[in-house]
Amino acid sequence: MPAFPAAARVALADTQLRHNLAHATRTIRDKRAAVVGEVAQWEALRLAGAAVKESALLDLDRHLEQLEERLTAAGATVHWARDAEEACAVVAAVARAHGVDEVVKVKSMATAEIGLNEALAAEGIAAWETDLAELIVQLGGDLPSHILVPAIHRNRAEIREIFRREMAAAGRPAPDDLTDEPAVLAAAARAHLREKFLRAKVGVSGANFAVAESGTLVVVESEGNGRMCLTLPEVLVSVVGIEKVVPTWEALDPLLRLLPRSSTGERMNPYTSTWSGVTPGDGPQEVHVVLLDAGRTRALADEVGRQALRCIRCSACLNVCPVYERTGGHAYGSVYPGPIGAILNPLMKGVGQAGPEGAQTDSLPYASSLCGACFEVCPVRIDIPSVLVDLRAQVVDAHRGDRGVKGEAVAMRAAAWSFSDARRLAWAERASGVAGRVLTRLGRTTLPGGRRAAGRLPGPGAAWTGARDLPAPPRESFRAWWARTRPTQEDDR
Amino acid sequence: MVTCVNDAMFPETGKAVVRLLERLGVEVDFPAAQTCCAQPMVNTGYLDEAVPVVRTFVEAFDGYDAVVTPSGSCAGSARHQHAIVARRSGDPALAAAVERTAPRTYELSEFLVDVLGVVDVGAYFPHTVTYHPTCHSLRMLGVGDRPRRLLEAVRGLRLVELPGAAECCGFGGTFAVKNSDTSIAMGADKARHVRGTGAEVLVAGDNSCLVHVGGVLSRQQAGVRVVHLAEVLASTEEDAADEPPQTSPATAVGRAPLQGERTP
Ligand code: SF4
Repeated sequence: MPAFPAAARVALADTQLRHNLAHATRTIRDKRAAVVGEVAQWEALRLAGAAVKESALLDLDRHLEQLEERLTAAGATVHWARDAEEACAVVAAVARAHGVDEVVKVKSMATAEIGLNEALAAEGIAAWETDLAELIVQLGGDLPSHILVPAIHRNRAEIREIFRREMAAAGRPAPDDLTDEPAVLAAAARAHLREKFLRAKVGVSGANFAVAESGTLVVVESEGNGRMCLTLPEVLVSVVGIEKVVPTWEALDPLLRLLPRSSTGERMNPYTSTWSGVTPGDGPQEVHVVLLDAGRTRALADEVGRQALRCIRCSACLNVCPVYERTGGHAYGSVYPGPIGAILNPLMKGVGQAGPEGAQTDSLPYASSLCGACFEVCPVRIDIPSVLVDLRAQVVDAHRGDRGVKGEAVAMRAAAWSFSDARRLAWAERASGVAGRVLTRLGRTTLPGGRRAAGRLPGPGAAWTGARDLPAPPRESFRAWWARTRPTQEDDR
Repeated sequence: MVTCVNDAMFPETGKAVVRLLERLGVEVDFPAAQTCCAQPMVNTGYLDEAVPVVRTFVEAFDGYDAVVTPSGSCAGSARHQHAIVARRSGDPALAAAVERTAPRTYELSEFLVDVLGVVDVGAYFPHTVTYHPTCHSLRMLGVGDRPRRLLEAVRGLRLVELPGAAECCGFGGTFAVKNSDTSIAMGADKARHVRGTGAEVLVAGDNSCLVHVGGVLSRQQAGVRVVHLAEVLASTEEDAADEPPQTSPATAVGRAPLQGERTP
């Protein structure tokens, strides 16, 4: 995966993608704003949600042990996975033990994060996505580009094409008279998926929350496919990030109220499913829960960044992010795109690592203009801009010892040198005034208002002047003007 | 504080602040020891480099009643980032000095409305204007509708609504260079909205955002002028009479007065 600026360039050139994204994010954004506006105490609710998650994280060890104990008592098997490899191995072992060559999957970003589908495929086991949007992405041979709407980058005509082309190879084929009407597309997907649900022996899921006091996993969804996936197969494996745990049902209350409004712009989500192990004669008779770390404890240890683990994956920050709106999710190189991805990935992977993957991770904290729109909408008040700035400092510090001095570091040191002393700054400004007079002669453009613009600049300046004019520096800086016109107030500098 | 960008690139904005505040009876000083708020270093991740710059800031401004700056971004930096830098330095004296200056640092519209308690600053600016609330004044400082109220009280000025006003223009400091393609795509959308309003002048409280959007508008030859809020508020009838022909956008774009526009 290339670093963000290069990946973004590809997306920016795709006008269809930009159109689809702008349209979709605007629609969800407006829906969210409307339903959030209905809640008089929204700010208090946000504070409550943030507090619940924050205190759950501070006592994570205790809650996780309680969760394990209660789940085990209810007949589930709990596995602890330090990383992706361990987690994938658990799921594969369960599938192998039941001799299946396919599993159905629902609601799990964690399994996408650990690359479960690929790991299972390597063992000859097909994993079928059953969220409608995930299905579109999977059949399209694509990657999800949004937390809530993984196929946000596809329009209806493209989806119809994908269904017609790919459904037959994966199971029940699309009907011949398939149109691009949403209802027709949904019906085709329903028929296709129903066959899979009834056939599959093993289901794989994620969870939105885990309640420690009762040992209960919770999935919140709109389609009902999750409930099918959780109840029809004989065996269920749930892969759950350790940050999903909350101590009590009471603690869950603000989160269940914040999530649907922030996410789909609904007052309440249509389906909330819960499961706590095995109930004889009802639902899966074998239940496994994989508690996944994969970098979460690393993020937990980061004093400023820890708050990112409060995230309830509502995707509100993606929908308001001006950078995401133009680049889409793929540019972030992870299942967690957008503003939250820009902090969560570096926090879980760690910054400052060598090689292209390290460079990709290090580019993410810079994939933001720090406009703050993400913080404003986040239901659990994650101060994403502050975490971004802190991570930038970590990136810079991690590379301080590198061989070969980077232009940026030199520029920053030079700027800091002249900004640390006003006399040096005044000198630099005089030089820029001289440069300005030269540039004015070279530049041919006059800005509205009469000021001359500098011509196209060479070197790093080209990144600016490629598509933007830049006014030439003025002849006299403010400080020179002040010293000239108010000499009495000039101190001895 | 005049800010490094204004000092070196937009001295007219600093002069406008001085004119405006003196007109309102404020005693203005420009401590020559000031340089920069350190935001360029902080936002790019160079915290060590930011320490001496923040030190210069607090030393220059310690002892004043208020530090007024024509930049929401720099005021936000003083109020929210200086403490982070001071903590990094491990110097308790610096932390204490930051605690003294940070709460007394105001963005211009905050100072006018909250401290001086004025909304009508006696300005005259006979142009159709649209206003872009910059992200940092909007979200980091929460200046709310103060700049709009100030603009609405300006005689001769016609304020037109900017669609998607709250969306980022794409400047974002080093973001404009590190992610220049994305930055330009955002700036182009902002410029499109500005052109759609038919305004002759785009006003904002931060020259860094204005130089970005203005740069895109200028490359598009849109004929829209960008002007800092301080310069609009400092304008008087004499300025309008003195205005040299080439700085009059009405002349530049050959624009007829819009219907309903107040004329002198
Ligand atoms: S960071 Fe906040 S807004 Fe973004 S997905 Fe997570 S909870 Fe939602």
